[in-house]
Amino acid sequence: MNIPSNILTLIAGIILTLVSLWYGQNHGLLPIAASKDATQVDELFNFMMTIATGLFLLVEGVLVYSVIKFRRRKGDTTDGPPIEGNVPLEIFWTAIPTVIVFILAIYSFEVYNTMGGLDPMASHDMGPKQQIAMNSEGQEVALGLGVSPESEQGNNPLIVNVNGIQYAWIFTYPDTGVVSGELHVPVDRPVQLNISAGDVLHAFWLPEFRIKQDAIPGRDAQLTFTPNKIGQYPVICAELCGAYHGGMKTSLTVHTAEDYEQWVQDNTFAQADAPSESVALNTTKSSDEEFLAPYAEDLDIEAEAIAQLNHAHHH
Amino acid sequence: MTTSTEPKTNPIQDGHSSEHRERKWQDYFTFSTDHKVIGIQYLVTAFFFYFVGGALAEVMRTELATPDPDFVQPEFYNQLMTMHGTIMLFLWIIPAGAAFANYLIPLMIGAEDMAFPRLNAVAFWMIPPGGILLLSSFFNGAPQAGWTSYPPLSIVSGKSGEEIWILSILLLGTSSILGAMNFVTTIFKMRIPDMDIHSMPLFCWSMLATSALILLGTPVLAAALILLSFDLIAGTSFFNPAGGGDPIVYQHMFWFYSHPAVYIMILPFFGVISEVLPVHARKPIFGYRAIAYSSLAISFLGLIVWAHHMFTSGTPGWLRMFFMATTMIIAVPTGIKVFSWCATLWGGKLNLNSALLFGIGFLSSFLIGGLSGVMLAAVPFDIHVHDTYFIVGHFHYVLFGGSVFGLFAGVYHWFPKMSGKMVNETLGRLHFILTFIGFNLTFLPMHQLGLQGMNRRIALYDPQFQTINMICTIGSYILAVSTFPFIINIVWSVFKGKKAPRNPWSALTLEWQTASPPIIENFEEEPVLWAGPYEYGIDTESIDGNESVEEMLAEVGAES
Repeated sequence: MNIPSNILTLIAGIILTLVSLWYGQNHGLLPIAASKDATQVDELFNFMMTIATGLFLLVEGVLVYSVIKFRRRKGDTTDGPPIEGNVPLEIFWTAIPTVIVFILAIYSFEVYNTMGGLDPMASHDMGPKQQIAMNSEGQEVALGLGVSPESEQGNNPLIVNVNGIQYAWIFTYPDTGVVSGELHVPVDRPVQLNISAGDVLHAFWLPEFRIKQDAIPGRDAQLTFTPNKIGQYPVICAELCGAYHGGMKTSLTVHTAEDYEQWVQDNTFAQADAPSESVALNTTKSSDEEFLAPYAEDLDIEAEAIAQLNHAHHH
Repeated sequence: MTTSTEPKTNPIQDGHSSEHRERKWQDYFTFSTDHKVIGIQYLVTAFFFYFVGGALAEVMRTELATPDPDFVQPEFYNQLMTMHGTIMLFLWIIPAGAAFANYLIPLMIGAEDMAFPRLNAVAFWMIPPGGILLLSSFFNGAPQAGWTSYPPLSIVSGKSGEEIWILSILLLGTSSILGAMNFVTTIFKMRIPDMDIHSMPLFCWSMLATSALILLGTPVLAAALILLSFDLIAGTSFFNPAGGGDPIVYQHMFWFYSHPAVYIMILPFFGVISEVLPVHARKPIFGYRAIAYSSLAISFLGLIVWAHHMFTSGTPGWLRMFFMATTMIIAVPTGIKVFSWCATLWGGKLNLNSALLFGIGFLSSFLIGGLSGVMLAAVPFDIHVHDTYFIVGHFHYVLFGGSVFGLFAGVYHWFPKMSGKMVNETLGRLHFILTFIGFNLTFLPMHQLGLQGMNRRIALYDPQFQTINMICTIGSYILAVSTFPFIINIVWSVFKGKKAPRNPWSALTLEWQTASPPIIENFEEEPVLWAGPYEYGIDTESIDGNESVEEMLAEVGAES
């Protein structure tokens, strides 16, 4: 049987397309997505994965085919054909990547905008804090991911102040006064994290939410997200911050609204029992120390180091 | 096609002419101004540091075989990681690129030596002190802030190690600048009269692009490091937020050099691949001008993409979008090159020797690094995988799959010219197979680790990642084993290998017109450009080397 080569090429093209489309959706490489924005990032990745798989199969296919088909036979000492180029073909393969990256850039821009990356309140770098940068309405302007346009995220967000220090995250809830080493939030309510760092650079990463922002000493940064799946997720420091950088992680728990209220109450009572209940600053201080104390042995840091961190945290 | 009609009076003979001084082995240990000696000095020094950096990597992978920091202490791990990165970039890939440039540029353009031979020797002799200085930091608390040395961490963790690191990089950077000045001047001023810029081998084009980046970028890195050094030892606050400094400014200055540095590390090997593929595929390079000018385009675009390393850092939203766009555009000239190389292979007569195998290995691995690179340009996706093992996988596909595979292709291709001996092809193929398997086993699974949530630069990690990390560690051991056939092959071939003829591959570029190894001032008399660098399959029907070359010369003479 002798199948014409253009039919074989056509079949190969169809198979390549189908495999790419299938793999782009079924690569199984990403962890679960716990917010709507995360799902959008995944769709962008799947789209890029589809194109990448297609190009990968095409180029590797050409290489494997060439190695088999065009290898020198024994006794053949001639040269290949003197083809020095083909202008239409070269224009074609210049145009294809151009179109692909153009589409990718627009798509990425859309996703980024939806994530709140271009929110004027959260996408400006005001430089080191000499004085706190404000916009005309007196709100603080920070760096990072803000409120999605045309969304409800701006309404009544849960504000949590996040401070990164070697090697822990400290979460402070300004509305309830709770201070914790773990992040707890209710489901389906927007969360606004105001991120700062006490000593060196850290990066606040929520893999299941596909968001990350460096915590920079002397600068405000912000992340806004709306969890839509109940569960417990890792919080990871993603910027080298010292020897125990790998140990700098905690968890984010997404509760139902009732469980969250319960958690707030439990923690408010626990802290009210502490002797210095009325002074917020003291509350923070004691809880930092409490939080770090059990880690001190693990992390092989000395007591003075913790005292210094505490100091750094408060200036 | 530029051909000269002047027939040769004396065919070049193998071996040395009595008029010329003989090369002595002692020359390789002296302040020699011969570009070929300097090229080999660079190459051997680079390989020494490759083995040091590789050994550090093996210790790291052994540590990462299990989630707990049990093999080395986390602090020592960070020192290993910093030194591994610094050595591999500044003492292996960049000097190895300079090695090929030094050895090949004068030969390829028909010159006797580089434009500034003494400066060239000075540039090389800054490398060993720089390298030894860096290694000496192990006795004094090695740097541990990563090869990026971001403040404030770099200012607060280990003063002496960090300062040694800065001084060492300043030395190596200066060496790199001196080399680049030499390459540009030599390429522009010392070509034989018949060779116009469009009949110059593509390796020279890629070195022009590389040198431009070195000259524009390295001074900025030097400035950043000098300021960092002031912060470190003089207590200034250029980058230290505790005194009102700005750590983000350091990041901008650092990446203004260090992103172009990626192209400084890959462009020379793009050039090597453009030389290796046509010779062993016996076909002209496909789209000479497209490849030549895409090097320049990459060089230009490479200067305006640096902040894509800072998408999650202090980069405002609109700037993230700008750098996303410029980064994505780089895919276009890079794509042109990859497609052109594939088209060069297509329909050729592939001689599947070690050089071409590494060339094809380069194409297939660099492709993956290029594809993941475009993904990383997309800001929303980069925010997720920035500073994770996805990045580690990506840049090893570019730097190992790209630069190192290209480098080995170049070593196997030019070894007969450099040493006058042939390599053992069986051992070469074994080296390729082990490297290819080990490389993919080590670095491909890292992409998944990063996507799943494993951050980089950590000595201790979540136990859920252990299986994949174990695969990576096994891969890295195979990579370590793969260097043994290479070392045995090279050492054995240098001393016992079959003598190499002048032009064992029947290649057309000028370096193959002189003896192997070339005589001291390269050519017996000024070489004659009788064919373009890649005109295979036109005049010659046979690859039987020397004979057909002479026939061709006669034919060309008769035609005119």
